[in-house]
Amino acid sequence: VKPAPFRYVAPSSVDELTRIVAEREDIADTAILAGGQSLMPLMALRYAQPTCLVDINGLAGELGRIGGDGDGLRVGALVRQRAAERDPGVAERVPLLAEALPSVAKPAVRTRGTVGGSLCYADAAAEIPLVAVALDAVMTAAGPRGDRAIPAREFFVGAYENALEVDEFLSGVTFRALPEGSGSSFLEISPRHADRAIIGVAAVVSGERGRVTDVRLALAGVAPTPVRATRAERTLGGQAPDPDAIAAAAQVAADDIDPDSDLPASADYRRHAAAVLVRRALQTAIGRAGGIA
Amino acid sequence: VTDIPITLVVNGEERSARVEPRRSLADLLRSDLLLTGTHVGCEHGVCGACTVLVDGEPVRACLMLGVQAQGHEVTTIEGLAADPVGQAVQEAMREAHAFQCGFCTPGFLTAITALLRESGPRLTRTEIREQISGNLCRCSGYEPIVDAVEAVAAKLDGVAA
Repeated sequence: VKPAPFRYVAPSSVDELTRIVAEREDIADTAILAGGQSLMPLMALRYAQPTCLVDINGLAGELGRIGGDGDGLRVGALVRQRAAERDPGVAERVPLLAEALPSVAKPAVRTRGTVGGSLCYADAAAEIPLVAVALDAVMTAAGPRGDRAIPAREFFVGAYENALEVDEFLSGVTFRALPEGSGSSFLEISPRHADRAIIGVAAVVSGERGRVTDVRLALAGVAPTPVRATRAERTLGGQAPDPDAIAAAAQVAADDIDPDSDLPASADYRRHAAAVLVRRALQTAIGRAGGIA
Repeated sequence: VTDIPITLVVNGEERSARVEPRRSLADLLRSDLLLTGTHVGCEHGVCGACTVLVDGEPVRACLMLGVQAQGHEVTTIEGLAADPVGQAVQEAMREAHAFQCGFCTPGFLTAITALLRESGPRLTRTEIREQISGNLCRCSGYEPIVDAVEAVAAKLDGVAA
């Protein structure tokens, strides 16, 4: 299990990276190496055989920063998962991301793995894409025509497929801060902790005066991309968050998915687990949302 | 494809090598620098046997290219022999009978040393399990390894206090 030979290029600035990517014709042939925690195994097993590897790890100064951005938090594409989970700004302003990060992979993998790499890899069962979809995060695609904003729900277009053009790369992601009095919760089931999830759920709830004003529910591992449970969101929106209303919304979320069966779990299991996890995630998020109680 | 010259610090010593880009950090350590204490199991990031410390953080040496180690500081199992925390971990592993064949042990020792350096001595069994969850052992059943980490954590706590 050794990668096939490739040409190694390590741009020393984002400008140089932009030029290299602008000239490429095939993302599989000229691949960007960020943390490498998914790409390197694929190359070792020769599922991926790029002839040119563009290593962006020298660009941490430009692509590896976390910072405030208006009413949100911008996370550079090259921010390591381990750095994001230790960052007080992430914990304070995007607690859903902080809660999900320890489930992304084992610690030694998170040391190298990046936030942007996981987003670009676009695994439908992955935690960071799930959080991005739940929070309506906005991706920044950089390329020869300048920057382009892509909403999370348009970024994931299929299994392991993102909306970047061949001449673009992801430079960062912006998570908008939640309104005062909101709460969020992340839950997943996986064969072993921090393995690839069988199913993951993220819930974000805002409310005032005992009613739910805004609900965002996203599921991972049940479709080719992370999905929002929009009908379930509408079911709970405007309601008092009593157990019956929560259970009804959870059932709607489970009814609306059409998951596949695979080795770790059957479709029926995923549907059952969806109802249970959505209910628990909603309960937790509501409990954390100071505005509702 | 041409080899790329690199310079890095391994176990406190500056080392130079010429590396073919596709070769991993594990290959560089074992074949070029002859540090064969870093073991290679699955070579695709699952087993954790090749875990080393890069700038103090645990990393899979099979998932990082040798050329990417340019300018970085790498600590292997050989380097832990000179590290007080590393020494204490090795001793505790021995006392707890925390290994049989020993193939996975270097990866456990590096991962555990990083954990103890970062978290300090107060660790729950759950935290210990989380930190070593990326290391597979086919002999021990893991319990004695967790026992060893608990023991060394208690001992380091005594030293700190």
